[in-house]
Amino acid sequence: MDQVTLNCAELTTREVNAALAALPDGSRARILEPWGRHNLAVGLVNRITVEIEGNAGYFIGGLGDGPDVVVDGFVGWSAGENLMSGTVRVRGNASECTGASAHGGAVIVEGDASSRAGISLKGGTVLVGGDVGHMSGFMAQAGVMLVGGDAGHALGDSLYETVIYVAGSIASLGSDARAEDLTDDDVLTVKQLAALAGFDHIDPENVTRVASARQLYNFDALKDQRY
Amino acid sequence: MTELSSEALPTPGLRNGAARHPAPALPMDARRASHSYPPEAIAQIQRMAEEGHYEIRGWGAKRKLPTFDDLVFLTASVSRYPLEGYREKCETRTVLGTRHATKPIELDIPITIAGMSFGALSAAAKTALGRGATAVGTSTTTGDGGMSEEERAASHLLVYQCLPSRYGFNPADLRRADAIEVVIGQGAKPGGGGMLLGQKVSRRVADMRTLPPGIDQRSASRHPDWVGPDDLRIKIEELREATSWEKPIYVKLGATRVVNDVKLAVAAGADVVVVDGMQGGTGATQDVFIEHAGIPTLAAVRQAAQALREIGVEDEVQLVVSGGIRTGADAAKAIALGATAVSMGVAPLIALGCNSRTYLRGGVEHDVTADYHALGTEPGYCHHMHTGRCPVGIATQDPELESRLDPDVGAQRVVNYLKSVTMELTTLARACGKSDVHNLEPEDLAALTIEAAAMAGVPLAGTSWIPGSP
Repeated sequence: MDQVTLNCAELTTREVNAALAALPDGSRARILEPWGRHNLAVGLVNRITVEIEGNAGYFIGGLGDGPDVVVDGFVGWSAGENLMSGTVRVRGNASECTGASAHGGAVIVEGDASSRAGISLKGGTVLVGGDVGHMSGFMAQAGVMLVGGDAGHALGDSLYETVIYVAGSIASLGSDARAEDLTDDDVLTVKQLAALAGFDHIDPENVTRVASARQLYNFDALKDQRY
Repeated sequence: MTELSSEALPTPGLRNGAARHPAPALPMDARRASHSYPPEAIAQIQRMAEEGHYEIRGWGAKRKLPTFDDLVFLTASVSRYPLEGYREKCETRTVLGTRHATKPIELDIPITIAGMSFGALSAAAKTALGRGATAVGTSTTTGDGGMSEEERAASHLLVYQCLPSRYGFNPADLRRADAIEVVIGQGAKPGGGGMLLGQKVSRRVADMRTLPPGIDQRSASRHPDWVGPDDLRIKIEELREATSWEKPIYVKLGATRVVNDVKLAVAAGADVVVVDGMQGGTGATQDVFIEHAGIPTLAAVRQAAQALREIGVEDEVQLVVSGGIRTGADAAKAIALGATAVSMGVAPLIALGCNSRTYLRGGVEHDVTADYHALGTEPGYCHHMHTGRCPVGIATQDPELESRLDPDVGAQRVVNYLKSVTMELTTLARACGKSDVHNLEPEDLAALTIEAAAMAGVPLAGTSWIPGSP
């Protein structure tokens, strides 16, 4: 198994990403001194493991289709955006739009995620150990979110088919989002998701399931301009 | 004034103001329309009172606006000499994306096909546009809904849009595109998101967009993963990183605050800025957006060119202009005002057969006037793309309707049309003494109206006066 170390203090983003893209499947790469660098490990299609040792910027692991990216620090906006497969794990907190439009794979934040986590989700999985900010799950189309802490205002606004599980409190639900009864399948799903993320503080039988009421799916003048 | 009995007047409250009984011939002053409330405004108010929501339709602005028709060319005479009109070479080759991309787009003509989605358009229409564009050496563009296999196969040069909805957006398609267009806005609805009503959301369209079939798809108006120009710079870098900095990145703007928006797009790293004026078309949106948001293309192109000059990148960043471009004259005027190329959407659809009374299948013309009537319209007036019931198989997902468009027939019509437009363009350029269409310049133009002179920044014909200039 190849193992490389790439130091952001010495390399441009282009050089780092080109080096990562050239690695054969099964390789492992360490990225040192990221110092908030944006766009690290984006667009990768190889099955490699990338460990970013420190805080990183926007779009970490974005547009990925295969790699497992771990950030041992905090990240900026849109970690794992448009992820197709693989994982992006953030050991600290994440800023806005975590996992935006992810089609597959899993984006895991062990700390808190800011506003609009899981926005426009399209089949991916977003797992947040702590809290999420307002408008999380906005227009999420498919896939699943698990929030280990509390959710901010307007959770799941204009939801389509994504299901959101929240272990803590929900400040408010957005338009067309509703809390639904938890089924045995939901409990099993939450158990599996928590295990995948390594979240042992979530009781799968004590989460709130949020899904679309599907009242805004077709244009209707009687909806009082709610959309 | 002649007194009228109430029975003789149209009954108020009927849909579109239709009379219950035909009105008898009336004196002239009895038919005097109100300027503030003409029959169209009355009908619109009545429709809203009945239905309780805004009108949704396709096409583009229908109101009268200042256009390129308000400009004329000052072709050569004694002070300048023309190129021989039929024989001398006039270069049309156009290169887009020379700023940062290692593989710029090379076009044979400065006329491209604008972004239109599979979903809004049928697969047959996308295929025909792709084949036609390829045959004349230009590019087509995907739309809100991703890249279809037919489209990729048909289009030698394909621009892949990155839209707020991200429907079907896939890094694999990103890599097999020839250029990337980050869509901030659209001339028909700047500030608004896309719309595809449920009747056009077939199983295939729904699957490509990861949504249930049959629902009304109202796309986001803002990107899900960034906001503002500083973020856009990082987003563009992400797209470049994911494609090894090979592909040109366009930024498409709906024309509103053009000068500032163009400068910010350039600052964010755009290779190409696309400015779409308010005459730009759409598959579906609110009529109030189409008619009341944005500025005319004529004004937008001059402002965009000015913005590039003010920051000194007019030779580095290419400007593509769209929105109501129909002819070689329109293209020539846009290029003279500073565009490197133009992009067209509605016009090539018309070339395909949009608003035609007939469609051709098996060498036989089939009349579909009745289908237009079923939509409440006539050939030549149809803006009913939003219904999915396109009588000529272009703006539909209905298999029977789609079968009315033969992609080979359509492609040939697109070829004929684009060749004709190019011939018009080079004819005007030669008459202005230009051996390259890109050498057309504002000095070659005069305006027929004060409004056009002010918007385009060229003198009113017969004067040296440019309104607003010192």
